[in-house]
Amino acid sequence: MTKQGQLPRWVDYGLLPALNLIAAFIVSGLVVVVIGEDPFEAVKWIVYGALGYGEGVGFTLFYATNFIFTGLAVAVAFHAGLFNIGGEGQAYVGGLGIALACLALDAYMPWYVTMIFAVLGGALFGAAWAFIPAWLQAKRGSHIVITTIMFNFIASSLMVYLLANLLIPQGSMQPSTRNFDVGGQLPLLRNMWPTLDLGQSPVNLAFFIALVACVVVWLLIWRTKLGFEIRSFGANPTAAQYAGISPVRIIVVTMLISGALAGLMGMNEVMGSQSKLLLDFTAGYGFVGIAVALMGRGHPIGIILASMLFGLLYQGGAELAFEIPTISREMIVVIQALVILFAGALEHMFRPAVESFFAKISQTKQAEGAA
Amino acid sequence: MNAQAHQGPAIELKGIGKSFGPVVANKDIDLVVGKGSVHGIIGENGAGKSTLMSILYGFYTADTGEILISGKKAHIPDSKAAIESGIGMVHQHFMLVDTFSVVENIMLGAEGGAMLDKGIDDARKELKRLAEEYDMHVDPDAIVGELPVGLQQRVEILKALYRGADILILDEPTGVLTPAEADHLFRILDVLRNEGKTVLLITHKLREIMHITDTVSVMRRGEMVATRKTAETSMSELAELMVGRSVLLEVEKQPAKPGAPLLKVENLNVKDERGVMRVKNASLEVRAGEILGIAGVSGNGQSELLKAISGIEKAQTGKVTIGTHVIDLTGECDAAAMRDYGMSHVPEDRHKMGLVNAFSEAENSILGYHREPKYSKGLLLDKEFIRKEAMERIEKYDIRPPSTELKAAKFSGGNQQKIVLAREIERDPDVLIIGQPTRGVDIGAIEYIHKRIIEMRDAGKAVLLVSVELDEIRSLSDRIMVMFDGEIMGERGPEASEQELGLLMAGVKNTEAA
Repeated sequence: MTKQGQLPRWVDYGLLPALNLIAAFIVSGLVVVVIGEDPFEAVKWIVYGALGYGEGVGFTLFYATNFIFTGLAVAVAFHAGLFNIGGEGQAYVGGLGIALACLALDAYMPWYVTMIFAVLGGALFGAAWAFIPAWLQAKRGSHIVITTIMFNFIASSLMVYLLANLLIPQGSMQPSTRNFDVGGQLPLLRNMWPTLDLGQSPVNLAFFIALVACVVVWLLIWRTKLGFEIRSFGANPTAAQYAGISPVRIIVVTMLISGALAGLMGMNEVMGSQSKLLLDFTAGYGFVGIAVALMGRGHPIGIILASMLFGLLYQGGAELAFEIPTISREMIVVIQALVILFAGALEHMFRPAVESFFAKISQTKQAEGAA
Repeated sequence: MNAQAHQGPAIELKGIGKSFGPVVANKDIDLVVGKGSVHGIIGENGAGKSTLMSILYGFYTADTGEILISGKKAHIPDSKAAIESGIGMVHQHFMLVDTFSVVENIMLGAEGGAMLDKGIDDARKELKRLAEEYDMHVDPDAIVGELPVGLQQRVEILKALYRGADILILDEPTGVLTPAEADHLFRILDVLRNEGKTVLLITHKLREIMHITDTVSVMRRGEMVATRKTAETSMSELAELMVGRSVLLEVEKQPAKPGAPLLKVENLNVKDERGVMRVKNASLEVRAGEILGIAGVSGNGQSELLKAISGIEKAQTGKVTIGTHVIDLTGECDAAAMRDYGMSHVPEDRHKMGLVNAFSEAENSILGYHREPKYSKGLLLDKEFIRKEAMERIEKYDIRPPSTELKAAKFSGGNQQKIVLAREIERDPDVLIIGQPTRGVDIGAIEYIHKRIIEMRDAGKAVLLVSVELDEIRSLSDRIMVMFDGEIMGERGPEASEQELGLLMAGVKNTEAA
């Protein structure tokens, strides 16, 4: 009578997300019709903008990189049954760690040395920002959803203070750090492979760091003792305790890993693209990571695919707003929000119907087999 | 309500079928329940009894078939419709609001109007009438949570009657009762029958069926296999019908040869999160090569005792000695350390505790022992080795289906228990503690599990067995302790009579008081 796991894998991981996506696009299409534009035209511009030419592809990959990091962060916590809503704040503070490493080393070291320290710095700062909510949850039972949300606000205020008062170069009017030298910049893919025709897109080496992170997370969750304990705790905390797995340890360690992954998002934005720490560079990517993780079913492959989809929507949406001015930036946000709504919040909408459909099919098959 | 006019059967089920996905829970079920009778439905766990009753009470809708109530075709899409057709249900786990008074619970869902005053008055009057008519007295202003379980159950029955039920479904009603309380319940059922009510009694206990029912229907694997007049059948026939073959109800074993004490528990006191003392100053000792059974009605501190000893929950006072290791139970809990000292634990509740249902059989086979170096290869778990070992155990314990990759949730109760048992026994522990080894397990597997427990004993292990099934305790244990309200009431030999143990289970220490 268990609901989960009755469906073939391809349905659970392929058909259901596709159905959710189609529903989101149909509703978005209706919205486009309501404002008097042709939805098929809109789709055409989105797809063209995201995939139609090299620069668009570059931007799609660039956005996807952000989503992979934040999506992995949410997914890892999710495997332990923890809902880490604080990816935004952890990414923000993680960016500080990356920026500090770059500011300290960019004049003395080549980028590949700085990169190692930046990765450590980003992971460390992101993890540290997740530590307090984790500790409060583990020791005091303070709900992690509430505390991580609040820590997003604290992170935001803290960074405003740091950027406006401490990190700002003398005489500058913009609340940001100084620009990093080459020693603090990740190579752009367009410079690494000029033949690829990536235009002016900022996609950079962080894309590959994200892919490495996917492999590491996959190994961690499904192949290590720690991952076994994380999944045990997430799937059945009572059984985990029976097995001698300490809830405090799992909550804290999982959140540290989750925060570290979110913190690495700055590798793409801070060290990869902007070469400085900017106010609000996270721009909501931390929140979108929740939808990415849900849509990707917590699996790195799924997260890569979902990240690509959201990257496509971000980049294609920008193109659409440019080409059809009546569809404003806000409209694009509505479409993205619909995808998040259908893929994330309404994830279980089609499940019962699809489940009973496949139950019927397997029954008829059995009946035929018996006959 | 309109049943008075009708003289035929109270309930008729025709060709009822229900599937959950590929699992067929009920298959083409026909059932006729005579008006004014007590009709028992018996079957092993998972035979489909609860599903059938849930269909009758509107929790599920049948895929096929029809239901006739008092000769009229009934459509029961939800429990509201069931209540309107005169069906009342007393669930295994009571659906009562603990903090409400009896009268408030009775009127819940039938308040009548926006203001409560009139509803309460009406309910109080009706409650008084019902209490007199059926001889079921309860203080209407008592807080339900403070009543003993037997009385809580009575409130449930009154609640159903208050809603005008002519047909009462009781789902495993004696699971939480002492033998004395159960006897009282049967007297109530007798009165209800004499008053013309129809009672459907769901149980897996043969004795109850023989004791109280007029007619009994046996279910096996989702099918109704037989219906008998109770007077014309016997316990052994019913048992045979339940499992489809004759069963060995007695366990064969040699006399115990106890050695040195391997497990010692001293002065154990455990408080639950609400601050209620659940275990009171319990001490016990289990020697090598013997089985100490702990009997008692469920909820009398046995769960807390097991959790404290196995290092899952903290105790207020107390220490445990495993072999030569002395462990203070008031410190940080550490179930892993207990395992390292040579204690294995088959927990009471395999779904909540013993297994991770979403994990594969192989993953479950290392739960709790996953830190052992043999399961790792460098930083990663050695999947190949884990699978190989799991497969060996599947063969040894005849776990079906023989798949290491199937999710634990997909195995039947008996096979799930075998997965847990294999994991805990194959550790070759010095001390084995087992809670409810055969709860929800089919009879075939029960025989097997009992045999393994005896084998552990004969191999010189200390076995602590906790079970609410008195028959199980009596047939397996070499010594029996009885728990009541957190206290160990006394120790008896396995030859102690059921009455003697029953009194201890009811909290009566000296026999004169009874």
